[in-house]
Amino acid sequence: MSKQLSPAERKKFEILLTKALDDELNTNEKGTFEKYLSDYDGCRIEWLEFKQLKEVTKDMKLKSPATETWDYYWVSVYNRLERGVAWTLLSIGFIIIFAYSGIKAIEALITDPGIGAIEKIGIQLLVLGLAILIVSVVREKLKVRKSDPYKEVRR
Amino acid sequence: MALTEDSSLILKSQHGDKRAFGQLVEKYMQRAYFTALGIVGSHDAALDLSQEAFVRAYGAVGRFDVEKNFFTWYYRILKNLSLNFIRDQKQHARSFSEIGEERVQQMQDTTSDTAKIVEQNETKELVWQALHALKPEDKEIILLKDFQDLSYKEIAETLDIPMGTVMSRLYYARKALKDKLSKVLL
Repeated sequence: MSKQLSPAERKKFEILLTKALDDELNTNEKGTFEKYLSDYDGCRIEWLEFKQLKEVTKDMKLKSPATETWDYYWVSVYNRLERGVAWTLLSIGFIIIFAYSGIKAIEALITDPGIGAIEKIGIQLLVLGLAILIVSVVREKLKVRKSDPYKEVRR
Repeated sequence: MALTEDSSLILKSQHGDKRAFGQLVEKYMQRAYFTALGIVGSHDAALDLSQEAFVRAYGAVGRFDVEKNFFTWYYRILKNLSLNFIRDQKQHARSFSEIGEERVQQMQDTTSDTAKIVEQNETKELVWQALHALKPEDKEIILLKDFQDLSYKEIAETLDIPMGTVMSRLYYARKALKDKLSKVLL
């Protein structure tokens, strides 16, 4: 009957086997590993199976792209960074213009003597509701951003 | 404390020096690209995602602790972006993995004599498909070690796990792959 490894020895063998596959064993470890192989049939069979797998995977490499890819890689990242800044500035500009125009339009409506008091109250409530909604959404976003470990990740 | 080359480049980047960040990009671009390629399996997507991850890293570089490892931090951004990409492409990804499973199953159903005469390239294709059918964490560690030739130390830094865990995870990942390919390899 073939001998069995204790759980602790089994764990040790698994690490040694991994290191042996990757050619990372030192002289002492090599001796211990070889002893496992000679003393335990199961270890020897497992080693041969893993070695066979390694033989196949060792020549498998991810295909490299054309060399020009690397020449233009940083330029491409830089362009994205630049465009990111451009979009941010555009968005800020748009928000300022939109908000300014909105305030002016509301101001004109409220001061217009031709518009009745009820309509004016309606407009003011509408603006107030919209402002509360925006503040609430922005506050929630900021709170999530502060505590979210995946803030850099698109959802 | 002496600053490492990366720390010094990050400090400059934090002060808006894009050229310094460019040096970091050039140092890690290949590793970044192959990491993404291993996860998403497409050249265009890998290129796009790895570049986008650098853009996001630059956007958040102000919050980065210079004493930490840059690539470990970048790797998390890239991995999450890649996983989001796969989730978005779910339908496509599902059909690919089903095909992969099916092909491996077909090989397992054949006799070992037939398996022995499988051409080397075909075997590699099956290994690749079996790899894609593994759990993401198993696939990840095999890709880092066997396909990108990273050392245990580099993998430990990238995944932010101890060296012992790297070896243990590698053992179980390779075992899972070996089990999937048992009939093909015999």
